[in-house]
Amino acid sequence: MYEHDVIVVGAGGAGLRAAIAAHEEGADVALVTKLHPVRSHTGAAEGGINAAIRDGDSWEDHAYDTMKGSDYLGDAPAIETLCQDSPKETIQLEHWGMAFSREDDGSVSQRPFGGLSFPRTTYAGAETGHHLLHTMYEQVVKRGIQVYDEWYVTRLAVTNQDDPAERDCHGVIAYDIKSGKIEGFTAKNGVILTTGGLGQVFDHTTNAVANTGDGAAMAYRAGVPLEDMEFIQFHPTTLPSTGVLISEGVRGEGGILYNSEGERFMFEHGYANNEGELASRDVVARAELTEVNNGRGINDEYVHLDMRHLGEERIIDRLENILHLAEDFEGVNALEEPMPVKPGQHYAMGGIETDENGETCISGLYAAGECACVSVHGANRLGGNALPELIVFGARAGRHAAGKDLGTPEITTGKTEDTEIGELDTPVEPGAVGTPEDAVADGGTTMAQPSQTVETALEAERARVERLLERDEGVQQAELRAKLQKSMTANVNVFRNEEGLKQALRDIREVREEYENVYVNDPSRTFNTDLIHTIEMRNLIDLAEAITLGALVRDEFRGAHWRQENQERRDDVWLKHTLLSWEDGTPELWFKPTILEGEDGEYEPKIRSY
Amino acid sequence: MSTQVPEKTESETETETETERTETPGDRRRAEKRARQKGTTEAQETTETDEESIHLKVFRYDPEIEGKMEPRFDDFHVPFTKGMTVLDALMLARDRFDTTLTFRHSCRQAICGSDALFINGTQRLGCKTQISDLEEPVRVEPLPHAEVVKDLVVDMEHFYDQMHAVEPYFQTNEAPSDELQEQHQSRENREKIKMSTRCIWCGACMSSCNIAAGDNEYLGPAALNKAFRFAMDKREGEDMREHRFEILDQEHGVWRCQTQFSCTNVCPKDIPLTEHIQELKRSAVKNNLKFW
Ligand SMILES: Cc1cc2nc3c(=O)[nH]c(=O)nc-3n(C[C@H](O)[C@H](O)[C@H](O)COP(=O)(O)OP(=O)(O)OC[C@H]3O[C@@H](n4cnc5c(N)ncnc54)[C@H](O)[C@@H]3O)c2cc1C
Ligand code: SF4
Ligand code: FES
Repeated sequence: MYEHDVIVVGAGGAGLRAAIAAHEEGADVALVTKLHPVRSHTGAAEGGINAAIRDGDSWEDHAYDTMKGSDYLGDAPAIETLCQDSPKETIQLEHWGMAFSREDDGSVSQRPFGGLSFPRTTYAGAETGHHLLHTMYEQVVKRGIQVYDEWYVTRLAVTNQDDPAERDCHGVIAYDIKSGKIEGFTAKNGVILTTGGLGQVFDHTTNAVANTGDGAAMAYRAGVPLEDMEFIQFHPTTLPSTGVLISEGVRGEGGILYNSEGERFMFEHGYANNEGELASRDVVARAELTEVNNGRGINDEYVHLDMRHLGEERIIDRLENILHLAEDFEGVNALEEPMPVKPGQHYAMGGIETDENGETCISGLYAAGECACVSVHGANRLGGNALPELIVFGARAGRHAAGKDLGTPEITTGKTEDTEIGELDTPVEPGAVGTPEDAVADGGTTMAQPSQTVETALEAERARVERLLERDEGVQQAELRAKLQKSMTANVNVFRNEEGLKQALRDIREVREEYENVYVNDPSRTFNTDLIHTIEMRNLIDLAEAITLGALVRDEFRGAHWRQENQERRDDVWLKHTLLSWEDGTPELWFKPTILEGEDGEYEPKIRSY
Repeated sequence: MSTQVPEKTESETETETETERTETPGDRRRAEKRARQKGTTEAQETTETDEESIHLKVFRYDPEIEGKMEPRFDDFHVPFTKGMTVLDALMLARDRFDTTLTFRHSCRQAICGSDALFINGTQRLGCKTQISDLEEPVRVEPLPHAEVVKDLVVDMEHFYDQMHAVEPYFQTNEAPSDELQEQHQSRENREKIKMSTRCIWCGACMSSCNIAAGDNEYLGPAALNKAFRFAMDKREGEDMREHRFEILDQEHGVWRCQTQFSCTNVCPKDIPLTEHIQELKRSAVKNNLKFW
């Protein structure tokens, strides 16, 4: 058993920032992470960090742009906090030595980005995330913060009162990947989940293989609501074989999209007569898939992105990195041939419901970063707004978790008397199949001592792993994962309709039932990736279901969520968040209104035109 | 160069595992499962005959059965598709034929640094290496000169220790007190350190370095490159620079490098490592001259 004041699960941008903040408050902090910190997916971010740090810019403008970008589904207080804190957090990174790109006078550079009314994207080459991640890890080393790397957290130690808002989180259970030990970690003050994205729910994603949404799924099963899960951002230009991202910069510089008939379809088929390739991400993604569906895709799968006409000199000057990506990951020489591209899952806008301090409805449980939904991105995230989210809300969660003993969370969550409960019309029963024990990931007992709660969870977890390892026939996770990912991509992708969403729910159910017989082929305790992938698989199932349920119930078109039957934004009914919570193994749906009221008045919803 | 296998005796391994887990009724069943599974590896050799396939020879090693079984190579024939990387092939081999095959990987785009492997006799990132560029059969082994944990996974602790030994964090006494005021840095100075900041901690360079292989205390190319990144950053100031050279200018520091360029040749991020080390040597000399 290990004991610390604050335990941060995950060590990407959000986790590292949270750990540093908690450490600065004087807490004994530990980072528990399934990958070594520098291997976290934050390192893959390219574009930059939005921060209003220049004369002529203001946090208010940044907030306005973000609210509009969110298609009015972001919450004003969270967005204003993001925009107010981002400048000092960004400069903080600079004080820690981050090698930002520089202007002639030595100040940090900023560049324009989609949806921003001011060039406020602060960057370090096309490797901003790499720099950010390493700079913060360096600070963690400097402070001597304890890192348990290659420890896979599989369960939260949460007490089991009926009402989630009365539960306490006392720690986590984790598997030491190298030695095979399963151990409990007690957190005296709080546990902060910063486990990142969930791209592996889909079979084509820009996300890392480790992005399986573990934190969101664990919090969900422990009773914390998941918010706005239907909002998944798809990026229009990813390489078909790997999902590696081809930056929007290519189209920005004049790259052209062609179909198999050599047509410049954005114009010729009228998808965006004014903006063409430079229309917003969702428009381009929908256009590409329409071409493929109408038989004008290449190999029935993708379209071409051509930048040859830009000339070698300009390409090398501004897009050199793209040449390497196309060459290394697709075997294509982009100076001589067009690049194959198709839309790919990119970012989860929804996640664990938190307030601006990272608090969830469970006392002592916090979340920050991509796994959380403090509600700054709403229905559509602006490029360059995720990295500030990590540092702003990572820091706030860290400070808050360190600063006090377990207390009643301030977040007003959970259902109140006037909560609007949603109807779920599903073709199959959603939620858990098997025993209640499997249904709830928590392992606590009411009124227990913290260490006892962790002990109970530990025993439950050891038993679960033992069962997975002992079983020697059944189905393997790789098969289930492929099946789930395939259905999600076919049915809950850029295009959505009722029939497809219901099919996805049927497929998820099937996978869930088969998962009851999942078995781990590798009997070894040491570095058992088969076991890890099998545990991750359970998380993917729960999250896929949450995404699909949200998408089914929201019968409107907002931001990244497009519904065939209803291609309109319906502000009269849908200016509200979807929340799903896990009640005894059954997902329950309810809503809460979007907060449009900011510091200086209300943000007025406006039509998004292309 | 051959791959090292941990020099543990069978009995050591067994005592170690014994203390770490409690005996359960499942243990015996797991042993049976393992025995059955050994029998199945043969079957993987013949698959997918009508598709264009790639022949992989993959190093296998499981510490929990070490002694009972020699480290071995397994053959996998996986269907080839255009653009396929070595990592894609390994994932396919694992997911289709043998889920016990173990290797580290995550980003699939040469940025997380977790899949540095010894492929056809060279240190490379699995995800950045196109299968079509390689001769068959493609031999995939763990990084040489590191202890094998299991299959293709090596212990990175020594690498991390060396990185941490150079104080890999920005230090200055002159940071602005105003939380919104930047510390200016010239474009030239940023350009100077740019390549050194690209390191993804993959360990390929360390693994390729003969000197590091012979001298366990040698800081090695990655750590020296990290030191370069800070020593050359003008924002750190003179006193800190002196401190940095004290770390580098010691027996197992910069002077160990014999400019063999093997690190520079394998670095997947094209960092001019040898050149950086040479520059540190020159600066160290200059630094000393100043004090005389
Ligand atoms: C290709 C790409 C480019 C992007 N570019 C930009 C950009 O230019 N600007 C921008 O603002 N945003 C960008 N984004 C989005 C942004 O990078 C991510 O949202 C953000 O980095 C997520 O950070 P995080 O700290 O939440 O999670 P991650 O960095 O993914 O970290 C997750 C951590 O959790 C750990 N973990 C996960 N599960 C467990 C578990 N069960 N037990 C223990 N540890 C666990 C992992 O080991 C890891 O350390 C981009 C995203 C992608 C994919
Ligand atoms: S210097 Fe290059 S080879 Fe060495 S660890 Fe860094 S990226 Fe890898
Ligand atoms: S998988 Fe990340 S570097 Fe290859």
